[in-house]
Amino acid sequence: MRARFLWLGLGLLLASALFLTLGARGDWGFVLMLRGTRLLALLVVGAAMAVATVLFQTLSGNRILTPSVMGFDALFVLLQTMLAVTLGGFGLASLPAQIRFGLELALLLAAALALFGTLLGQSRPDLHRMILTGLIFGVLFRSLAGFLQRLIDPNDFAIVQSAAFARFNAIPADLLALSTVLTLAALGAAWSLRHRLDVMALGRDHAVSLGVDHRRTLLLALVVVAVLVSVSTALVGPVTFFGLLVAALAQLVLRDHRHAVLLPGAALVAGIVLVAGQTLVERVFHLSITLAVAVEFAGGLLFLALVLRSPAR
Amino acid sequence: MIEIRQVSHRIGGTPILSDIDVTIPKGGITALIGPNGAGKSTLLGLVARLERLQAGRIAVDGLDVARTPTDRLARTLAILRQDGTVAARLTVRDLVGFGRYPHHKGWPGPADRDAVEEALEAFDLAPLGTRFVDTLSGGQRQRAMVAMTYAQGTDYILLDEPLNNLDLAHARALMQRLRGMADRHGRTIVVVLHEVNYAAHYADRIIGLRDGRIAAQGPAPEVLTEPTLSSLFGSPVRLGRVGEHTVVLHHA
Repeated sequence: MRARFLWLGLGLLLASALFLTLGARGDWGFVLMLRGTRLLALLVVGAAMAVATVLFQTLSGNRILTPSVMGFDALFVLLQTMLAVTLGGFGLASLPAQIRFGLELALLLAAALALFGTLLGQSRPDLHRMILTGLIFGVLFRSLAGFLQRLIDPNDFAIVQSAAFARFNAIPADLLALSTVLTLAALGAAWSLRHRLDVMALGRDHAVSLGVDHRRTLLLALVVVAVLVSVSTALVGPVTFFGLLVAALAQLVLRDHRHAVLLPGAALVAGIVLVAGQTLVERVFHLSITLAVAVEFAGGLLFLALVLRSPAR
Repeated sequence: MIEIRQVSHRIGGTPILSDIDVTIPKGGITALIGPNGAGKSTLLGLVARLERLQAGRIAVDGLDVARTPTDRLARTLAILRQDGTVAARLTVRDLVGFGRYPHHKGWPGPADRDAVEEALEAFDLAPLGTRFVDTLSGGQRQRAMVAMTYAQGTDYILLDEPLNNLDLAHARALMQRLRGMADRHGRTIVVVLHEVNYAAHYADRIIGLRDGRIAAQGPAPEVLTEPTLSSLFGSPVRLGRVGEHTVVLHHA
């Protein structure tokens, strides 16, 4: 177990070193500063998506689910579309990044908490109904966004379209500080829940019998998921299958049920995938492909494989 | 002692339990019997705080189950439900190890590891310790679950139809183990049983539920009479004897 962690850590170090130094020319201080910020952004987003997915899979007792299925990506696209409608494409493009980020974060967080809040009144929280509710809202948001996109100017549409895919190339550095703080706080909360999450993975009745306050832990962990998903989506845009990909890879590599292992493991794997992927995209493919599309492609394939291989989980 | 006072329970407007008032003394095996839908599982779930209490009061060993912190109750009371599935992919040793969670809260010590090994030994699971639970047969899995509940080391153990999916050899072995836990370790065991013959042989006391009410209760020999059982199950039941054992004839 320790050896595998060591390998993952080494892999991440290597990927980070390559990301920072490969093809660097000119003033090293400037290069490292610029790339260091982007490296941090990739690590923050990767850890957030990975941990959110592992938490969500544990809570739902389902290894092929990701919080993204509940329509966060669709809500994000709908927001971009509505901004384009109200402000126009130029207005959207010239909107200060801080305001846009603040809007996105607030809306996503509010939507996630509202959705998860539907569980509050239930004495026996019905997570599956909540997921289905999110799924249906996702379809609604997607249709609304599609409808609005048909109405707007083709130039505005192009701007919305570019915002509808995750942008790993250009993560706004000034928003990074806030995102990092929020993500670290949420990751800390997830870490403090790790033992209880192990028990939660057994299912509700076992968890209650073993003295874990199931309701409280479920709601707490969902708040953590809400923060992580909102921050990472607001920062880079919608990614559906990335969390699924790294959570499955971490399980494959680590083969352990303990969250003390799974949570940092998934975060490490996510860092490796994003940093190495972005290095490849920038230095080998010279930005001729986008990382988001490649990751979604791989994640989508893996999702299909998971669904087809084991129908039970 | 488990005290159940004026407990009523409804699910979606349908009364499941009405005015249940019963005391289960400490020690020995108490069997809950009755026809399908009589409310046995619900009653067990209420005692083990798996369902929220709607009306009435339940205390286990003096601890009010509605007010006592759930982690405190987990060191007094363990329950095993009938579904018997585990969502996570675990080895048998990991699964049984979870029984110690109420005591170590994620930081198992040597005493916890000893308790797990003892539980594995007690349920003949030592050779299966490294197997994954989802590769076990139904009977083995059931045994692993009961071992986890045993490892929890609580004075009170509630089991909801533990004989489901077990063939007669495994069912007998499990009941003998429960008997041993009650006799040698002084555990109080409450078990929902469908097959009255197991109750007849292994239980000290029997509580019969019908339509959400207590229809019969008392020491096993007092409840096991032809008129009581026949009216409890709404189906003619005859009693016979094979050697020293009372045999309930309900199938022919």
